[in-house]
Amino acid sequence: MRAPTSLLPLRLVDVSFDAGTKRIVDRVSLVLEAGPRTMILGPNGAGKSVLMRLCHGLLRPTAGHIEWATPERSGERRRQAMVFQRPVMLRRSALANVEYALKVAGVPWDEREPRARNALESVGLSDLANRGARVLSGGEQQRLALARAWALRPEVLFLDEPTASLDPGASAEVERTIETIHAAGTKIVMITHNLGQARRLGDEILFLNEGRLVERAPADRFFNRPASAETEAFLKGELPWT
Amino acid sequence: MGVILDALRNAFGLIVTLDPDMLAIVWLSLQVSLSAVALGTLLGLPLGAAIAVGRFPGRRASIVVLNALMGLPPVVVGLIVYLLLSRAGPLGELGLLFTPTAMVIAQTILIMPIIAALGRQAVEDAWREYREQLRSLGVSRLAAALTLIWDIRFSLLTAVLAGLGRACAEVGAVMIVGGNIAGVTRVMTTTIALETSKGDLPLALSLGIVLVTIVLILNAGAYSVKEVAQRRYG
Amino acid sequence: MDVKRRFILAAAALAVAMPLAAQEKFITVASTTSTEQSGLFKYLLPIFEKQTGIQVRVVAVGTGQALDMGRRGDADVVFVHDPAAEKKFVDEGQGINYKQVMYNDFVIIGPKSDPAKVAGGKDVLEALKKIEAAKAPFVSRADRSGTHAAELRYWKSAGIDIEANKGPWYKETGSGMGPALNTASSMGAYILADRGTWLSFKNRGDLAILVEGDQKLFNQYGIMLVNPAKHPKTKVDLGNAFINWVVSPAGQKAIADYKVGGEQLFFPNYKGG
Repeated sequence: MRAPTSLLPLRLVDVSFDAGTKRIVDRVSLVLEAGPRTMILGPNGAGKSVLMRLCHGLLRPTAGHIEWATPERSGERRRQAMVFQRPVMLRRSALANVEYALKVAGVPWDEREPRARNALESVGLSDLANRGARVLSGGEQQRLALARAWALRPEVLFLDEPTASLDPGASAEVERTIETIHAAGTKIVMITHNLGQARRLGDEILFLNEGRLVERAPADRFFNRPASAETEAFLKGELPWT
Repeated sequence: MGVILDALRNAFGLIVTLDPDMLAIVWLSLQVSLSAVALGTLLGLPLGAAIAVGRFPGRRASIVVLNALMGLPPVVVGLIVYLLLSRAGPLGELGLLFTPTAMVIAQTILIMPIIAALGRQAVEDAWREYREQLRSLGVSRLAAALTLIWDIRFSLLTAVLAGLGRACAEVGAVMIVGGNIAGVTRVMTTTIALETSKGDLPLALSLGIVLVTIVLILNAGAYSVKEVAQRRYG
Repeated sequence: MDVKRRFILAAAALAVAMPLAAQEKFITVASTTSTEQSGLFKYLLPIFEKQTGIQVRVVAVGTGQALDMGRRGDADVVFVHDPAAEKKFVDEGQGINYKQVMYNDFVIIGPKSDPAKVAGGKDVLEALKKIEAAKAPFVSRADRSGTHAAELRYWKSAGIDIEANKGPWYKETGSGMGPALNTASSMGAYILADRGTWLSFKNRGDLAILVEGDQKLFNQYGIMLVNPAKHPKTKVDLGNAFINWVVSPAGQKAIADYKVGGEQLFFPNYKGG
């Protein structure tokens, strides 16, 4: 989806992030283009979550700069969305949670309910529309979070380990939903620990270690012909875990 | 012990016979205190929420000050409001001295910091949980404050009840700005003070028991509302 | 819409909260706690209100405070019992239409055990001299009330410089008549009280009237209008209506008719003109 004033490509130039004296993200430079589903991999503490939050605008870099093709202005509706590892829902019905996000985005009041219901249907939660969002199961809440993000028609969707706390059945449903969102034209950027998932869903892989961007390659090449020793070690270490 | 048992019996008698004088006093007490709670909540919750989610110089100092204001002595508040509303004072034109309105004003000033300070704490705890998600959605700080207030409204009930307790219990402020005028500004606490100073301790004690019973009922009602809501919304 | 709903609820609450008390005809009278607690107003005011339709709102504080209320213009009429302070008030130009309307009397209350041996006496000054000599516990209101002013006058007339001679036996509570009586009752002390408050006081403990009837113990009440020249907001017509009624035959009779336990408390003594 290349609108005339698209957000993408997103440029990171020498971006670093420090927490106190600890350097968490170390001089990362990259360009995110529209199209390929980008997976971010790396061991614990590699700085993946922080990097994603920097891109999404929740954190500001200590050094370097981050530029969208069309800069975001405060007060305008956001064209990127994020789904967190643990979904955070308001104490309202599932439907109301999606409507809330639409309201914040400035969607006119008479469009909110139909769009929200649509979003719920596409993730298979229509039956639970009036249930309190916080009493839903983990998998249902995560699907609700996806519905909420998708109802906003974002250009970019960031996901931080969306299936980490879900059982395989719920995971599969969430993966299906992500595929659907991608098919509709949204750029997917996702952190995952699950190599199998990365292989299934990813078109390209960003590999982070100790805050540095170590390798970037199309998924095929990354898994079969890793370019660096670090990557090899990582893949070997994680291999039993699919 | 005997005095207390007698007082309990008399209190029961007062309630059962629905003594009209006492009913008028109870009704005025409820009007004044509940109005003060409504106003105090309307002003205090947004203030507390704003401090909770806001980022501005002096934020930590304002939290300390707000917490300290919870301990405002009622007599001092009463005195200040009296001087403001006195005909010789800056707001004398309003003719509010010795009216229930003046009592509502004084009590609102007294309990607003309580509701604001306790509300701030509750909202700040919730903000920690919701912060990233709300910012991700593009919610402004102001809108976030209001959303949080509404979302944790049943937890905020505790803050409101704390304010209600203080309002119902205080006598210093309403005595000074109200004047304890029979039939006009006489409430339960000032009546108890009056009967005590007249030496009619049994009557004072009975009225005290009636007052505590009413506050208990209000609290029980609020608690059950909270229970029902929590079961529905989680 | 949630915010709107809340605003409506709050507005409704406020509407309930602001009773339109200002609509009726009323005056504010600053008077003393002892007068209020004697029950006189509860008896007297309904009679006046029935006759004239004017509601009288009494704020009962100490005499000193009541006169100060007049000086601030927070009352329309002042009704207290301290002729010296009242004269000063009028001389300051703060009060007009000043009339002396009734008296009640003070009594010396004390423990039945009577350590200073004053019981049955007819002279208040003698009694005070004995109390001071015995250093028997004595409670003073010490609150600029009419009663307190009277107490100080008696010490002076008895030739005792109470400021210099007070010791631990002399307890200054800074409170109204009722609380002071409570204190005296709990520590078995002597105290100067007005008969009215004593008659309706229920926490007597071991106390009783020990000295009464001395002419010097008569306590004169005065009433006056707060001067509209200094305080334009004073309700002149309504205030004067009250004052004129209190000194009228009907008002004076009502005062005399008020009894507690069969006993008359206040003695009307308005002398025309």
